[in-house]
Amino acid sequence: MEKFARFIHDLEISNKTNDKIDAIVRYLDVVPEEDKIWLVALFTGKRPKRGINTKLLREWAIEISGIPDWLFAECYHSVGDLGETISLILPKPTHKISKNISTWINELSAISKQSDEAKKEYVLNAWSGLNVQERLIFNKLIGGGFRVGVSHKLLVNAISKHSGIEANKIMHSLMGKWVPADTNYAELINGLDLDTNISQPYPFCLAYPLEQEVGSIGEPEEWQAEWKWDGIRGQIIKRKEELFIWSRGEELITSQFPELEKMVSILPDGCVIDGEILAVEKSQVLSFNSLQKRLNRKNVSKKQQEETPIGFYCYDLLEFNYEDWREKPLGERRSQLEKLISALPENDTVYLSQVIGFKSWEQLATIREGSREMNSEGLMLKKRSSPYSTGRKRGDWWKWKIEPFSIDAVMIYAQKGAGRRSNFYTDYTFAVKDGDKLLSIAKAYSGLTDKEIREVDNFVKRNAIEKFGPVRTVKPELVFEIAFEGIAESGRHKAGIALRFPRIRRWRKDKKADEINTIDDLRNLLNSTRHADRTDKGI
Amino acid sequence: MSIITFTNKGIYCPQGKFYIDPWLPVDHAVITHGHADHARRGSKHYLCHKYTEPILRLRIDPALSISTLDYNETIFINGVKLSMFPAGHIVGSAQIRLEYEGYVAVISGDYKTEYDGISTAFEPVRCNEFVTESTFGLPIYNWLPQHELFGGIRDWIANNQLQDKTSVFIAYSLGKAQRLMKGLEGTAKLFVHNSINNLNKAIESNGIVLPQAELVTMETPRTETQNQVVILPPALLGTNLIKKLSSASVAICSGWMQVRGSRRWQAADAGFAVSDHADWSGLLSAIKATGAEKVYVTHGSTATFSKYLNEIGIEAAEVATQYGKEDDEEIGEPKNEEE
Ligand SMILES: [Zn+2]
Ligand SMILES: [Zn+2]
Repeated sequence: MEKFARFIHDLEISNKTNDKIDAIVRYLDVVPEEDKIWLVALFTGKRPKRGINTKLLREWAIEISGIPDWLFAECYHSVGDLGETISLILPKPTHKISKNISTWINELSAISKQSDEAKKEYVLNAWSGLNVQERLIFNKLIGGGFRVGVSHKLLVNAISKHSGIEANKIMHSLMGKWVPADTNYAELINGLDLDTNISQPYPFCLAYPLEQEVGSIGEPEEWQAEWKWDGIRGQIIKRKEELFIWSRGEELITSQFPELEKMVSILPDGCVIDGEILAVEKSQVLSFNSLQKRLNRKNVSKKQQEETPIGFYCYDLLEFNYEDWREKPLGERRSQLEKLISALPENDTVYLSQVIGFKSWEQLATIREGSREMNSEGLMLKKRSSPYSTGRKRGDWWKWKIEPFSIDAVMIYAQKGAGRRSNFYTDYTFAVKDGDKLLSIAKAYSGLTDKEIREVDNFVKRNAIEKFGPVRTVKPELVFEIAFEGIAESGRHKAGIALRFPRIRRWRKDKKADEINTIDDLRNLLNSTRHADRTDKGI
Repeated sequence: MSIITFTNKGIYCPQGKFYIDPWLPVDHAVITHGHADHARRGSKHYLCHKYTEPILRLRIDPALSISTLDYNETIFINGVKLSMFPAGHIVGSAQIRLEYEGYVAVISGDYKTEYDGISTAFEPVRCNEFVTESTFGLPIYNWLPQHELFGGIRDWIANNQLQDKTSVFIAYSLGKAQRLMKGLEGTAKLFVHNSINNLNKAIESNGIVLPQAELVTMETPRTETQNQVVILPPALLGTNLIKKLSSASVAICSGWMQVRGSRRWQAADAGFAVSDHADWSGLLSAIKATGAEKVYVTHGSTATFSKYLNEIGIEAAEVATQYGKEDDEEIGEPKNEEE
């Protein structure tokens, strides 16, 4: 536990990816084989089942620390994390217990089948033999995850650095349905019984944002225009009758999308397609909001699949008949892609990304205005003669995004954040004018720099008018520009309007509270965009 | 009976006609310690511990009218007997004991119960009324004993040296900086920022011996500070001076660092819960040791802490003050809490 606690601490204090990778490599250097598998398991979401109710943990902690319930609640509010709060309020340890992480996990899994009394005895004994950092880890093993900023990809890179095995192969090896308790670390990462070559993806080709005048990039006929979709960019690989889906973050996400997994039976063998994973209903792309309901889930239920169906919009063909097509010009790749898709049996999963016909840049600019109605973010412009490059290459691919909506609003409520921001007021509610009253319109907590957050925090503390539990009503003085992606009618909001993805774009220190937008401005905006978005109705 | 009241200028003793740590200008100000939220400019006359005098002259005005006392020394002001006892907070910090017609009030200012190696050790004083702070008045705040705490810091420095990194500590220039110097003496060469150096000189003018430390400026060659220890005040966090140092690893030293949330919030490589204030058990033991019938709770978790005191049978009330609102409070702290 000591080594693991030290390791978690090292991860927490390192902000740089390379430092985190080094911390993992150092840990892998010093721990026994049986602990390594648990590192992989814990960091890939293969957590042991929660064997002890966290309510019980809290109860026992209150009992042995001898503090009243309300005081515990205050502490919890200040710390923002139950496991940590408990680790901090417990009496000092009386002895020292040293055990491997795997031993702890095995013991916890054994105790979970026993009576509450037995659990209590076990937990109390553990607490009295561990220091603050170790207790925190122990509590986290029981319930809750380690938020240490280690993505799947980062973990894989670290294991790759430690073992010398290629990262993409490890990614493939870790993807299967292995059970930590019955798995050997070395066998797992070496991908025994697997042909890790077949899952190998190509690097994604990326676009630069178009900042110059669109006419300056060339003649319209040299360019292919498509909608720019706001989903998950992905690469579908079918080789040797197996299907793999990679995200742009080089994670294998195949199992998250059972609908796409089924494509294994219809796609030709030896092909690789670049595209976008989107929420699609009756051939219409839904908003990213909808897609989000499907992201980062370990298991996807039938119900979720029905409520938010997934589709794949194909952009490009990178491999065909096991042949690398990336050097061929886009035009040639596109026509082969069209042939491939049209030859598929009827299905509601694979779509061809539509090519938008246009004669002049002016005409295309007008078409672009309609992006929002399609739930698209704007347009993609790709040179017809361009190869599929590795990474970003200036001049071949451009993304021509539309501007998000924005309004100026005043802050009226503030609340402390959770976790690392638990001591600062970071969650704000904003209002627009309704006659001479203010009407709350959106909550937002992102978009400010740490320095600005401190400044706002200071303002809140000086200018709080009323308290409602953790919420402070503040003097309506600070004006912010709120950007958002959409607007919809809503019965749940006082204003009758809900903003989609509201976020703080900037702090308008130059503006006074009476210069903000009005509710009528928003109603007008709503009317002008009505019918444009069918996804947000009354949900 | 009561011999102190809480006014809009600060804590007042009507019988003695003087204020303790007033935040507005008054005629007679008794000062518990040199931190800016307790020692403010503008008063006509100041009374403080003798170690605090040069600090006030440096921070407020060299020509200030100041008289001083030593610990356990007594004077009478308008019939009120006044004496000072060590508060263990920073060098020169004093609890003010007032006695009038056999009735005793103690104003602790800020205090810390564990000896930190440099401030005169805290002494509990029996009294009828006790004014306490509650900066860390939540049971999540329990400091490691001094030797363990500094053991951890020394390990961190050693580890930095193995990686050829410079260990940079962010700590307040008055109090924590000197405590770190003392605790880290011998680990490496010590460098301090000018603001700390000035305070060191003021402190040393009283005959207190501080470890040897050199000045660090933008002109100091990188090779000189490499692998060494540099102590800087919070205002320099994230500035060019740190960027100029050779591969700096930055640690913040503050009681708030006890909680991971605050540690991660700061853009630092490490956080050590080193505090000038009493922790939860320190506050409780200090209050119990006074035997006071009535406890007044100032800056920090005043509402929570006084509620708890009342529950365990100690009569307590929260008092709104202007303490804890200046730059001498700890880094990472939620400032200006309205409670
Ligand atoms: Zn102080
Ligand atoms: Zn103070």
